[in-house]
Amino acid sequence: MLVPDDLLYTQEHEWVKIEGGSAWVGITEHAQHELGDITFADLPAVGKSVAQGAELMVIESVKAASDVYAPLGGTVAEVNTALADTPELINKDPYGAGWLCILRDINAAEKTKLMSAAEYRAMLEKA
Amino acid sequence: MAYSTYVPHVEAERAEMLRAIGISSMDELFAAIPRELQVERVNIPEGMTEIEAERMLRGLARRNRTDLVCFLGGGFYDHYVPAAVDAILQRGEFFTAYTPYQPEVSQGTLQAAFEFQSAICRLTGMEVANASLYDGGTALFEAMTMAARCTGRSRVLIDTGVSPIYRKMLHTYSAKLHLAQEEIGTRNGVLDQEAMSGALNDRVAAVVLQSPNFFGCIEDHTAIIERAHAVGALVIMSVYPLSLAILKTPGEMGADIVVGEGQSLGIPLSFGGPYLGFMATRKSLVRKMPGRIVGMTHDGKGRRGFVLTLQAREQHIRREKATSNICTNQNLCALAAGAYVALLGKQGLIEVAELCADNASYAYERLTGVPGVERTFRATFFNEFCITLPRDARDVIGDLIDRGFAAGFPVGRYYEGMDNVALVAVTEMRTKEEIDRLAAALEAVV
Repeated sequence: MLVPDDLLYTQEHEWVKIEGGSAWVGITEHAQHELGDITFADLPAVGKSVAQGAELMVIESVKAASDVYAPLGGTVAEVNTALADTPELINKDPYGAGWLCILRDINAAEKTKLMSAAEYRAMLEKA
Repeated sequence: MAYSTYVPHVEAERAEMLRAIGISSMDELFAAIPRELQVERVNIPEGMTEIEAERMLRGLARRNRTDLVCFLGGGFYDHYVPAAVDAILQRGEFFTAYTPYQPEVSQGTLQAAFEFQSAICRLTGMEVANASLYDGGTALFEAMTMAARCTGRSRVLIDTGVSPIYRKMLHTYSAKLHLAQEEIGTRNGVLDQEAMSGALNDRVAAVVLQSPNFFGCIEDHTAIIERAHAVGALVIMSVYPLSLAILKTPGEMGADIVVGEGQSLGIPLSFGGPYLGFMATRKSLVRKMPGRIVGMTHDGKGRRGFVLTLQAREQHIRREKATSNICTNQNLCALAAGAYVALLGKQGLIEVAELCADNASYAYERLTGVPGVERTFRATFFNEFCITLPRDARDVIGDLIDRGFAAGFPVGRYYEGMDNVALVAVTEMRTKEEIDRLAAALEAVV
């Protein structure tokens, strides 16, 4: 299961990539695998503010409808509009073309609650 | 051991079950429930024999006056139901109230629901419809919460021309929800557009309209719908589906969610139903729509098939975040409506609607020609209109019952200051002779 080293992870299987004051958000390879074929990404509204751990959006797959939680608090700056027509990008390329949204005005101090790639890998192995 | 079909647990079975779980009495079983919450006595009369029960029920049924010539409407109408509708309904393959638990096994049931949805889309001018809801009022409530979900807002403006029964239901259903409802009055029988425009702002989730409204008046809501959209509100329209065979559709007016009571489509009048709610919307809002949706697709071999689709919105998958707690539909009534629409066809529906409108026009002329009876409003109507009587409409309608007519509905029951107003509905069932007799009887009692 692919777990890139340069990302941070949550227990709910989101990944985040911090660049300056912004953060790219997606779900992990493990998460997309567990969900199965993804049929719809209910993307958040641009400008929506979320706290760390709050519900960010919903992903629907053939198996379930699952909440995606905000790995960091912030404001939605941009969403991956390609997912509207091709939600399967999340299955195919969860760390790349299947990204979900970008948060701005993040609080870097909240990083301490996230896991490193090694920690996330260890969590997956334990489960 | 004495098992009974009708009484699920006899004493011996109870004792056996208690023994199996290792306790000695029912009191012990329910001991975890605080005393004050336990029901001590249920107020149900003693059992009756089948003969006694039938005698009692027949006695109650006899108190209904089914012999009256019906001019009653207000949302439910005396339309003709072709015998073929019932014959189709009662086929064993169809005769069930619900979509089955393994729906795709029942392709015929799903296809019927799909065709019902298609008919509703065609009638309303909308893009997608669900497989039905309980009745017109609950459909309207579901539309209101759907609009709140779509917009993230909680204020709803309701035209008082919307059926007062529905408005009461909205109030009851949303009593514990954070939805602020404001009613906007009518003027000359139609929506007070100025008041509605004045109340619109960027906190409004939805505007709720009805045409023909409760007074029977037809309104083209295009302009107010545009104004609602300008502030980001959605527009819900409650409609009388049969009227849409000849009237401008809510889709053409720009409505976002269309709901209504489907009784006029092949379902007989009955006290308390079952009736039929329907809901249609735009494709872009379909994921926020409650209820079951049947889709058409192809199987692995390329053959046409029908499936329940977009189920991730529903309660059995999304749990407490579902679009609604409704996870079933009114399938048998939807089947009746689908069969009715298919039997009549486009031209047949237009003819029924035109007959209703023509008969109502004639009745309007005759009844308002009775000395002392006035036109209440000047607005255009479909098959139902208000007349103002020289005395309380309840009394006049009461007098007409004695002469064999259910002459209308006393509007004062729901609207203040309208005690002398009667709402009269005329369908294709009414003959010229019946209308003439009603006019004569009205003249005699006013």
